[in-house]
Formats: sequence, C-alpha cells, structure tokens
Amino acid sequence: MKALCEKYARKLATQGLCAPGTALVGGLDAELEWNRFDPRIDSLAPLFDLLPINSLVFAPPAEPYATIIEHLAAPAPGAAAHGATAHGNPMNSLRPEDTETRTFLHDIPICREFTPRAMAATLSRRKAVIVPGQGIVSCGTVSPEQGFVFFSSTVFACFVLFFSRYLAEARQGGPDARFRAAFEAVVAGLPAMRRDLPPLARTIPTSHDEALAAMAEAGRAVVGHGLVDSFFGNISCRLGETILISQTGSSLDELEGCIDACPMDGSSTAGLTASSELTAHEDVYRQSDARCILHGHPRFSVILSMDCDRADCADRGQCHVRCPQCRTVEGVPIVPGEVGTGPTGLCNTLPPALAGHGAAIVHGHGLFTASTIGFADAFATLLDTENRCREAYFRRLDELLSGRTPA
Amino acid sequence: MRTPLFGWTGKVLHIDLCSGETAVQHPARRLYETCLGGRGLAGHFLRPVCTLEIDDPDLPLLLFAGPLTGTIAPTSGRGTFMSRSPLTGAICDSSVGGRLATQLKRAGWDGLVITGRADSPIGIEIMDGEVRLIPTDLAGATTDVVFDHLALKGPTGMAMAAIGPAAENGSPLACVMADRHHAAGRGGLGLVWAAKNLKYIAVKGTGKVRVHDKAGLLRAREDILRLMAASPVLLGRHGFSCRGTGAIYDLMDARRMMPTDNFARTRFADAPRLNAPAFQAAYDPHGHGCTGCHIRCKKIAADGRAMPEFETMSHFTALIGNTDMELVMQANTLCNRLGLDTISAGATLACHREITGEDFTERTLIKALYDMAHGGHLGRGSLDFAESCGRAELSMSVKGMELAAYDPRGAYGMALGYALSTRGGCHLRAYPVSHEILRKPVATDRFSFGGKARIIKLAEDANAAVDSLGVCKFAFLAAGLEEYGRAFAAATGLEADGRSLMAAGERVYYNEKIMNAENGFEACDDDLPPRFFAEEGSSGGDVTVRPIDRAAFLEARAAYYRIRGLDEIGRPTHETSTRLGLEPPR
Ligand SMILES: [Zn+2]
Repeated sequence: MKALCEKYARKLATQGLCAPGTALVGGLDAELEWNRFDPRIDSLAPLFDLLPINSLVFAPPAEPYATIIEHLAAPAPGAAAHGATAHGNPMNSLRPEDTETRTFLHDIPICREFTPRAMAATLSRRKAVIVPGQGIVSCGTVSPEQGFVFFSSTVFACFVLFFSRYLAEARQGGPDARFRAAFEAVVAGLPAMRRDLPPLARTIPTSHDEALAAMAEAGRAVVGHGLVDSFFGNISCRLGETILISQTGSSLDELEGCIDACPMDGSSTAGLTASSELTAHEDVYRQSDARCILHGHPRFSVILSMDCDRADCADRGQCHVRCPQCRTVEGVPIVPGEVGTGPTGLCNTLPPALAGHGAAIVHGHGLFTASTIGFADAFATLLDTENRCREAYFRRLDELLSGRTPA
Repeated sequence: MRTPLFGWTGKVLHIDLCSGETAVQHPARRLYETCLGGRGLAGHFLRPVCTLEIDDPDLPLLLFAGPLTGTIAPTSGRGTFMSRSPLTGAICDSSVGGRLATQLKRAGWDGLVITGRADSPIGIEIMDGEVRLIPTDLAGATTDVVFDHLALKGPTGMAMAAIGPAAENGSPLACVMADRHHAAGRGGLGLVWAAKNLKYIAVKGTGKVRVHDKAGLLRAREDILRLMAASPVLLGRHGFSCRGTGAIYDLMDARRMMPTDNFARTRFADAPRLNAPAFQAAYDPHGHGCTGCHIRCKKIAADGRAMPEFETMSHFTALIGNTDMELVMQANTLCNRLGLDTISAGATLACHREITGEDFTERTLIKALYDMAHGGHLGRGSLDFAESCGRAELSMSVKGMELAAYDPRGAYGMALGYALSTRGGCHLRAYPVSHEILRKPVATDRFSFGGKARIIKLAEDANAAVDSLGVCKFAFLAAGLEEYGRAFAAATGLEADGRSLMAAGERVYYNEKIMNAENGFEACDDDLPPRFFAEEGSSGGDVTVRPIDRAAFLEARAAYYRIRGLDEIGRPTHETSTRLGLEPPR
C-alpha cells in the first residue's frame, strides 16, 4: 500500500498537478500508511474513520491550476456556482461541461472548511472536493490510483471551465477586472507550446511485439506532451485482422501489459477489458485505411469544441449529444457523442468523421487522430491540432475583446 | 394514520402454510431505513430463527424486493430469496431476476415471509392484494412443465418461480427457477421450498411504485446510464450485453485462472474453441433481461433454450474435461428443468471425476444429473461425496458450498472473498473480479494480498447494500453507490448518500456474520481447500500461477477480522454489534 501511495504522489508531481513533495497520499489496509509525514495528516486521517474508503489523495495544485481553482471557487456571484443543499449548507459546486466531469465526477463540490467532518460530508456524495486555500482532496475504495484520477480530472475540468468561461464572457461583453487579472496570471503561467516531436514509429508495425512497443512509446509521448490526463485516452493499432488496443482505465504512460488483442472477426472476447472506445476504433479501421489511432484529451481542443456563438440554439445544453451543426475547428470536424456505446455514444458519430478526415474532436471530450503510416504521423496531427486550437483560442479572444467579429 | 412511504410499499405479507392464514405487517419506517429491503430486510426477519433446522416449519422462506425495485432506476428488477442453507447450514440468500421482484412490488408487497408446511404440495398465487394457496398436482414436475402450466392459466406478464424434482427429492443443491430462465441458484434454497411443500409462487401486480422525486430519480438514472454506456464490460462490443456473461470465458483463459479438472489445473487447452463467440455461432441466441434492465445479459438460443451463464460454461467444460458444446447446452437445460444449481452440480461432478478417475461421456453425464435430482448420492454435493470417500480435501468448496469458476490462485482478493463469504464458496459477495480482472473501478494487483482485506470488507458492504436496494451487482461494474444513493434518495425521499448506504450494508453483513456464529461458524470455516496452498496452477505465457502463500493468506484474513470488527477467530463481538445497532450474538 505504501508503495502505491508513493507512486501516485510522485505521479501527481511529474504530471505537473502539484509541486514535488507536496502531495499527501494515504492508504489503509490493517494500518493507515502515508507517503510522507505532514501536519495536515491530523485533519485528513479521520476521514478514513468517517468514510468507507481505503485511500486518500490531497495536494495543493501547482500553478497555474491553483490560481484557476481559487478563482472558480471564490464566493463571487459566479454563474456556475450552484446553490445551497437541502440543509442550507453553503456547499457550492462547480459544474463544468466537459465529458470527464459529466460522466465521472458529475460536479465538483467546494468545501470551505479543512475539517474532517465538513470534508467527509462532501466526500460521501462525490469523489473529489476542492477546499479553497488548501487544495483538492479525493479518495478511492480499492487503490490510491482512484484518488489520483479524480484529482487529475478535477484539475482538467477546472482548467477547461476557466478558459471556456473567459471566452464566453468575452463574447458577452467582457470579463470583470477580477477575472481579467486571474486570467492574465494564468496565461503567464501556461507552459510554452510544445513543437518538438518525439521519435515515434514512422512505419506501421508488422509484428505483435513491435506493435506493443510502438504503442507504449506513443502512449508515453501523449502523456509527456500533456495531451491527456490520468487514465484517460486510448491507443490502438491494426495488425492484419487484429486490433491491439489499450485496456480500459489504463494509463497511457504505463501501457506495458495493458494492451488487449481483439480479433476483428469477433472470434474472441478477450477484449472484454479493452478501452470503452474499442467499437469506435474498430469501425474507423473498417471504414478507412487507417492503421493506428491516438486519442487524448488536449485541453484547448476540448475548450474550442465547446465554444459556440449560437446563443439561441434550441439544442443548447445538449450540444454534447445533439449538436446538429457540421462544426469544425481549424478544419477538424467536431462531433457530438458520449463516451462508449449507446444511442448517443460517440461510437455512432466518431468513425465517419475520423475515417474521413484523419482527425476529429468529440464535443467537450477530446481529440482522436488516425494515420495510415504510423504513430509519428498520428502524434504530429494530435500535437499540431492542439497547438492550432490554442492559437485559435487566443485569436478568437483577441477578436472578441477588441470588438471585431471572429472569423 | 401512517405516513405514506415512497419507494417501499410499506407492507410485508406473512403466509403460514400450516394454517393457510395470511397476515399483513406494516413495518416501522425505521426498520426500512436501517435494513433498506431485499437482502437486508430478509436478514432482519431471519435473525431470530436462524438456527432452526431446514425441516422446522417455523424456519421462514423469505422473498424481498428492494426500495428501487419497480422504479426506473437501472437494473432494479432484483429481489432476494433467503433462508438457512440446507447445503452449508449457514445463512443463504440468492438474488433473483426475471420479473418476480418487480411484480411483487407492483402487487403492493415489499416482501413475503413464508412459514409452516402445507399438508400437500401447493402453489402461492398473488394477484395484487389477493393471496391464494392453491393445491397443485404438479408435484415432481420439472420446472419447464410448471411454467408451461402457469403461463396458460395466468395473466400475461405474471411472474413465476418454481422448484423442480431435485428439491422434492431432497437435494441440497436444489435451486429456485424464476420465469423459466433465471435461477436463484446457490445454497439449496429450493430444498427449503420442498420442506414446506411449496411448489411454485406466481405473482401479478397492477400497481405502481410511489416515487418521491421523479425528476431527481430521472437525473440519477441518466448519470447511471451514462456510466454504463462507458463500460466496456457491460455494453462494449465484447461485453455482457452483446455476449452474455460468457464473455468472461476468454479472459479467464487468458489470465490462466480457469478452474480445470476440479481445480487441479488453471488452464484448459480447448477453451479457445468453447468460448462465447463459439456458442453464439452455434446457437444464434438473442438477448433477454430482467424487468427494468437494458443490459439484457441473459441469452436465449434460437431453439428456445437458455444459454449457459459463464460459471456453467466453465464448470461444464474445463472443470469436468468436456469439449462438447451441445453437452453443455443439454446439461444447462437439464439442471434448469430439474432445479439444480449448475455451479454446485458441475463442481460435484468434477469432484467425482477426480476421485474415481472416471471421465464422463455424454450418457453418463446426463444420467449423473438425473440421479442427482432423484435422490442419488452426488445430489448431496461434493463435500458429502468426498467425505464418504475419505477424500474431503477434494471437495472444492468453502463451508460446503462449491466454488465458482475463478481459481483463487489467480486472484488473491478472490481467495479472501471465497473464504470469508457468509454463504460459502461464493464469488459475488465481494466480487473482486471487478478490480482484479475487469479493471473496475481501477485495476489492483491480483497476485497480492496488499490492501485486499479492507477492499474485500468495503466491497462486501457495498454489495450487501446493492442486494438490499434491489439492483443488479453488474451495474456496479460501471456506477457506484454514489449514483445509486441519489436514486435511492429520490425514490424514497430520505437523506442518503454513498456513505449512509455503505453503513447500511455493513450492518446487513454483520447481521449475517452473527447468524453464522449462532450456527457455530468461525475461523476454521473461513478457509480454502488445501489444494490452493500446496499446488501450482498452470503457468505459461507471461503468467506464473503459484500456490497461495498460506501465511500471507492467514495474515490477510486476520487483518480482515480486525477491520470487520470480529474477534481473532472471526466471531462477531458485543462491541461491534452494539456499535452497529444490532442485538449481540447469543
Ligand atoms: Zn476520451
């Protein structure tokens, strides 16, 4: 247990979610163990008695996330801060519109007291909570990995919400001075755009082992370039009539041993543990000459996919499943669709778009790229699309704030 | 004037088969709040009489639906049968699907408490508030005949449950069949029916379950459905919805944990050609589900026979060395008709095969199943048979209940789960397959006991809550009590969340531990057959299957006892009972 606590504390830091040495991760089996000592353990340890959990993650987020989260969580008359609970407790929550929140977190509660009782009350309803001035607390029932995932999703969702809201307010006449100040600080703290391409496979793998190695490398690159968070995203490669695909809930930077082989003729169900997007990947391969697919959740692609100026659209609020428009961003099609299967699943909408364009963004969710020649190519499209979305975001913002109509 | 309840009907029906009298009980709201329903409420009614012998007329047969049963909460068509197990002597509950629990709720009942013994075989027929005990000449009939008969005379959509000849001929492997295809399989509860001369129950309700906050329930439902759509195991191309539970078969083969030759090995060479797609290609099945479920993991072959569930597929191939798919189909159909638990039946045959060294042929296998249901020795289960041969260690059972189709050497949480389950060798109490194999909510190291004691305890509590709410455990491969807690709160109008449901689940589970202790169970019963600590599994590929380290197992079990609040030999304590608001063990 202690080894797992240390692993996920380290991972929070390597992924830039908190400063090195600041994460506290606790795991409980017969005894409670922490990755390190910290006086805040006094406030956190009682949560193990108050909640049916076996692990807990706490950290103050690193910049620029700290500024983002403090801004969003501040008790201002913010549009997305939701009302009181049935008891009249001041338990606000953030309600970002991205897929990670919608599907897994539902919303992100804010707890204003760093006390076991107050935090437990919130965490008995949700998997992660923001405690302004302190950080994010999240928990799990089988592994500290859950806390890590929820922490990471919370940071991702807040980032997306912050930039989305700023753009929306720019469209409606402009953010207030407080928001502008926070935004400037955040933008100043954004890491520089990456243009360097990792040395990935330039050809389609021809053997099973070669494919596994190429996928693991590509996965590490997607995470290393900040194009996906925690255990989201997926990767596949077509080898003859078999699809090799990352397993559900696998971290793209740790794919060794986490890739399933799924015969396209359906003769085996060993792909039961394959990514929830196996169906979509498989249909892309059927509909095109693609040989490999990468999927990440790059932030500006997600933000722009949700930015729409049709204020009077009848489907507003349902864009993620209903959007009837053929929208594109930087030439990349945006499709609606929820995670996985089902009548409104992206398995219906993504394959034709990705098969036709080699790249497609799922509304509020993430970016898929496909290539006929290799992972290096699919990765270049992924990175380039995200970079262009980032540039487009600031261009759009400039135009709105300077009073020009965006192109 | 009682305040009306939401979610629950507020009524429990007591039926005394001796006198033929019925009585309506209106349990206090507080009882519903602490026990929820289903398995929890059934356990409450069993507790005062849990030490009675199977043939004691006062031992109740309980059937309870949950507060979510009959609502729009996804997969909420489940109920629980409960009594004392004729096979193990421990408590026994069995989740039942089909239409039964839903119809019971719609008829206005949260549960049935059936006591007494009828003079001659009868059926219980419930149409809304009207309850009739009907003498029947269906005694000895196979379940398919009972269902044919009832379907002809009953209204459409009527729920039916029945026992077959296995129960009537005294087999503690006897199951209850519901709505033709759904088994309440484990622990021999069919024999409790037979002891009461109860052949069938038929229920039809025309009412609706009252819901406190329809909009809130709809929102919770949408969140749950979204999570399910994101679950490859439930709704993916190779998931339960498309392939049935047999989808796990290939995975067990790939992980080298398919129990083979009575658990002597963990890999069956013929498995790849006996998988779910092979069965699908041969029998062209369509989907079928319990009321209120969109997963529809049940599969029915084009010729009308039910397709075998994963455990049946596995035990009737690998465990007994059979490579004939049609024989699996025949055995499954026969078990359902005779009212035999397929898991225990298959495992008992495997035990016989190992001890005698005799392989089964098509003829001898079918004959053996007939014999089991007609008073034959094997019908008493593997432990009884192995003991009679002086080879008790070759019964692959815990507390006398045969193990399901997951080899514990390939998943250490499963090893603990089997050993500690309150109903014996059951994979479903903690369902560690979820994280050890299916990677939900995240993957854990299946070859380690690290962290597992508390994980098992928490999962047992969660599943006790699930069984008490009236929903399907499979839903929890995608959603959690966080989401179902909101469904429960909306349905009932109570303040509830994941934490309060887990607390209810802990109480339900501890109550079961107390009942088992009252029947004399303790640490020596919380153990696995010695084979798993002595013999290797079938290593290969990049998987090494070692014997389980006995010391590590015992250490994890001791940790579990501490975490669960039991004493050092696994018995409930006065202190924990009191903390949980339960009457301490006698
Ligand atoms: Zn995604």
